[in-house]
Amino acid sequence: MQLFPCPFCGPRDETEFQFATEAGKTRPEPAAEVSAERWTKYLYLKDNPKGPTREVWLHVTCGEFFLMERDTVSHAVAGSQALGGDPR
Amino acid sequence: MTARRISAGGARPIPFTFDGKSFSGIQGDTIASALLANGVRVVGRSFKYHRPRGIVGSGAEEPNAVVDVTLAGKTTPNVRATTEPLADGMAVRSVNAAPTAEADRAGFLDRFAAFIPAGFYYKTFLWPDWHLFEPRIRAMAGLGRLDPAHQPPADSPSINLRCDVLVVGAGAAGLAAARSAARAGGRVMLVDDQDAPGGSLGHRPAVIDGMPGGVWAEAVVTELRAAGHTVLSRATAFGLYDHGLVAVWQRRTGLPDALWQVRAKRIVVAAGAIERPLVFPDNDRPGVMSAEAALVYLRRHGVLAGERIVVATNNDKAYAVAVALHEAGAQVTVADTRPRGTLALRDGVEVIHQATIDGVSGARGVSSVTVSGRPIEADCVLTSGGFTPTVHLFCQAKGRLRFDEAIAGFIPGDPVAGMAVAGAANGAFAVSQVLAQGHAAGGGAGEPPRATTPDDTCAVAAAWPAPRGKARQWIDFQNDVAVKDVALAARENFRSVEHLKRYTTLGMATDQGKTSNMNGLAAMAAITGRTIAETGTTTYRPPFVPVPFTVVAGRRRGEFFNPVKRLALENQHRADGAVFREYGGWLRPGWYGTGQPATEIAREARQARATVGILDGSPLGKIEVIGPQAGAVVDYNSYQTLSTLKPGRIRYGFMLTESGVIYDDGVVSKLSDDHYVVSCSSGHVGGVVLRLEEWRQDRFDRSQVFVHNSTPQWATLTATGPRSRDLVAMLGLGVDLSDDALPHMSFADGSFAGGPARVSRVSFTGDRSYEIAVPTGTAKALHLAMMEAGRTLDAVLLGSEALLLLRAEKGYIIAGKDTDGTTMPHDLGIAGPRDKRAGEFVGKRSLFTENALRDDRQQGVGLTVAEGEPPLPTGAHAVETRGGARRSIGFVTSSYQSPVLGRPVALALIERGLSRLGETLDFVHLGTTRRATIAPVCAFDPEGARING
Ligand SMILES: [Zn+2]
Repeated sequence: MQLFPCPFCGPRDETEFQFATEAGKTRPEPAAEVSAERWTKYLYLKDNPKGPTREVWLHVTCGEFFLMERDTVSHAVAGSQALGGDPR
Repeated sequence: MTARRISAGGARPIPFTFDGKSFSGIQGDTIASALLANGVRVVGRSFKYHRPRGIVGSGAEEPNAVVDVTLAGKTTPNVRATTEPLADGMAVRSVNAAPTAEADRAGFLDRFAAFIPAGFYYKTFLWPDWHLFEPRIRAMAGLGRLDPAHQPPADSPSINLRCDVLVVGAGAAGLAAARSAARAGGRVMLVDDQDAPGGSLGHRPAVIDGMPGGVWAEAVVTELRAAGHTVLSRATAFGLYDHGLVAVWQRRTGLPDALWQVRAKRIVVAAGAIERPLVFPDNDRPGVMSAEAALVYLRRHGVLAGERIVVATNNDKAYAVAVALHEAGAQVTVADTRPRGTLALRDGVEVIHQATIDGVSGARGVSSVTVSGRPIEADCVLTSGGFTPTVHLFCQAKGRLRFDEAIAGFIPGDPVAGMAVAGAANGAFAVSQVLAQGHAAGGGAGEPPRATTPDDTCAVAAAWPAPRGKARQWIDFQNDVAVKDVALAARENFRSVEHLKRYTTLGMATDQGKTSNMNGLAAMAAITGRTIAETGTTTYRPPFVPVPFTVVAGRRRGEFFNPVKRLALENQHRADGAVFREYGGWLRPGWYGTGQPATEIAREARQARATVGILDGSPLGKIEVIGPQAGAVVDYNSYQTLSTLKPGRIRYGFMLTESGVIYDDGVVSKLSDDHYVVSCSSGHVGGVVLRLEEWRQDRFDRSQVFVHNSTPQWATLTATGPRSRDLVAMLGLGVDLSDDALPHMSFADGSFAGGPARVSRVSFTGDRSYEIAVPTGTAKALHLAMMEAGRTLDAVLLGSEALLLLRAEKGYIIAGKDTDGTTMPHDLGIAGPRDKRAGEFVGKRSLFTENALRDDRQQGVGLTVAEGEPPLPTGAHAVETRGGARRSIGFVTSSYQSPVLGRPVALALIERGLSRLGETLDFVHLGTTRRATIAPVCAFDPEGARING
């Protein structure tokens, strides 16, 4: 059972969280100018890195989305921050 | 003679049965010690060859003594006799044996052992098909029997605990660690799997801080408990999981077992070590035991393992066992594999050096042993092949082991952050060293405990198993793996330990190879000419011992597995005769009355169309979106534009996923430019809240808009049907109900019973309808008032089933039932927003992909069948045959018998359905074919006159 640090609630069991998306994705807009390839990449293609990664997670119990940096191999969590003002 | 009790110490006798025979043990016995005390030698049959087997160990490592236990009507299968306390009236049964362990019918199997080598099942039953053989083989396999009549209660609590230091193991090392950690001021948890703390201090005497070891152990525990620390006995730390979570299974007397989930800043592993057997021909005869276990039975239970005992050893530690047994009255011979022993033995104990154990005679129990060619009459053979440190938690924390020649075993290598390993688990066997390591591991605060007794020496000289002629030398007792099976695996190139394990099943039984893994990999090393370090170990996966599923599942079973949401008016509905069913996670009235469900549902539907139906619609979502950007948020999340509504008006629409697929449908009410209420379908409330939140937080100014789910705060009662306005008028809500003031798709705020009441004109039946939302506190009063008003109007209570029927007559969809993971709004003929709406909304781009624009998409349609035919089965596939090949072109999503129309109605998703109106297709379901004709979705009142009727 991993412990994830919600920026609002502190460390909580992983079962309280949902993965949202990889960090750093910008929704391509306006729709009329977005190629199918770009839209596909945005919707379906994930980097899925081995090692350090930045992701957006949702703390379901408080409803806040936040950024988390963690390692997909060691499961070590480097830290988390609220979404507000982040460069995503 | 065999084992017997030599000292009961005045303990209370405890009657029990084993395989139907009555016996008596004493207070403090385990099942195993009681069986030994009664001279029971054969306690079970081996898994594969059904060889008679006796008790080998004294703890979690026991491979043979696995039993089913019935106590107070509850049967627990596959219990280790060595760890289960004996209780009054316990009925103990051997496993894998019929009728009894002593007289097992399948015992003949062993005579065919030569034909059932390792890998036999893999090779033999491949042709023609494993599944032909599987049922019979499965019936032969398996150990204990579950009692199908017994449903274990869901009463095991799960307890979370955080502490500074978790110490696993309450032997000398663990006690010293806990003591120093506590003195340093941290919060300490000490867990131990034995009945009482002390570990080997309970059977190997030592004097610590001037006290006998057992007394010192009690004193440390008393000190810890007095200072508020947590000390658990009969509690096994069975696994270390992500981020250092340690799971502990605690057996409790008179209470259900508990699961502790412990997070500690530091973990001290002081789990001790397990003696491994020496391996020699026929070393599985009942009466061949672990030397250390014999000492445990003698010192803790007053049970002497035999009258004439041969102690076979490759180390000094077994000498203390020999001395103790001799002093207890047994005739003892030591067979030492080493050229010379390092300890002097007293008179009367013969020591044979450079001994080889050539074999053991006695099918149902040892009768003699051949040592270096010389037969010795014996009823018991004790073996000690050295000690294997219990390093499971260290390895689960990603620690790496190193092979230590001095103890002939793997011990922890480089330390792991946040963890210390101390004592025998770390390869230390001298009590002074054990105490020092424990004290340091706990932080080193205060005076270290001091032992004034001389240190044991171990002085092990490795004596690993190796092939020897034709005799079977057993390594894994529980899974019947012998040295020759390891040799076979090596010949067939399964040389990696992980392959060895899976090919021979070595270490895969419920004892997880605690006594056999080390011997198995050493045998593989010897056979393949590699070192033990090169050969390596298999992965130490949790759980350390079998943990009952009831403990893991805890209370999350039955109604607590996935609890239903309940209506505020549940009791009223019950009083009104409701039959409850689950709909989208809510327990709702399916129908009312005691008649046939179909009859009651038809009655409700017909009556609601004729007069007025009263329905509890409370689960419908009421999600408030508030703030200057509220309109922007709801617009962005909807297919239809909503902010253009006038305040007081309501609009129907879809929410899409970013893939353009319909996620939910529902209505949105606009209260003002900065206040909307999203009324999504009842099963999607949580999901819609999260979608709104996600975009609110990620796209909009989160200080300018808020999302609040007020669904649970309101009860919604709906009146639907031609007389619904008359009914609502009688409630005195203070709302002008004229169609000019309150037209369809509008709402008005009134009051009821001194509180607010919102009246909304939306309809899921196609008839004039009023939804009245009141705070849940006044729901009962509103319900009673509506029932009272309905009395004069011939009103009917409407359950969910009738509502589902009425909406299907109108062709109103249920998102997720009449749509699937591909359905887009234009597949239902609603393409306006896609074609006309400017600006972004969720899912927009996906509505224009090549796939979204295909002309052969499945589209939502209605279906009719020929006069007099019954309804189509839901799920029936529409099929098309082209060039001899039949393929599905869609399926029935909803299907009902309409009581008002007197014929079936159905909805379906069909390829190009919207351009196939009037076409008749074949529908296939479970081997039968029906014909149905594609029709508009709306089968009832297509002009929509009744919405104001
Ligand atoms: Zn939170």
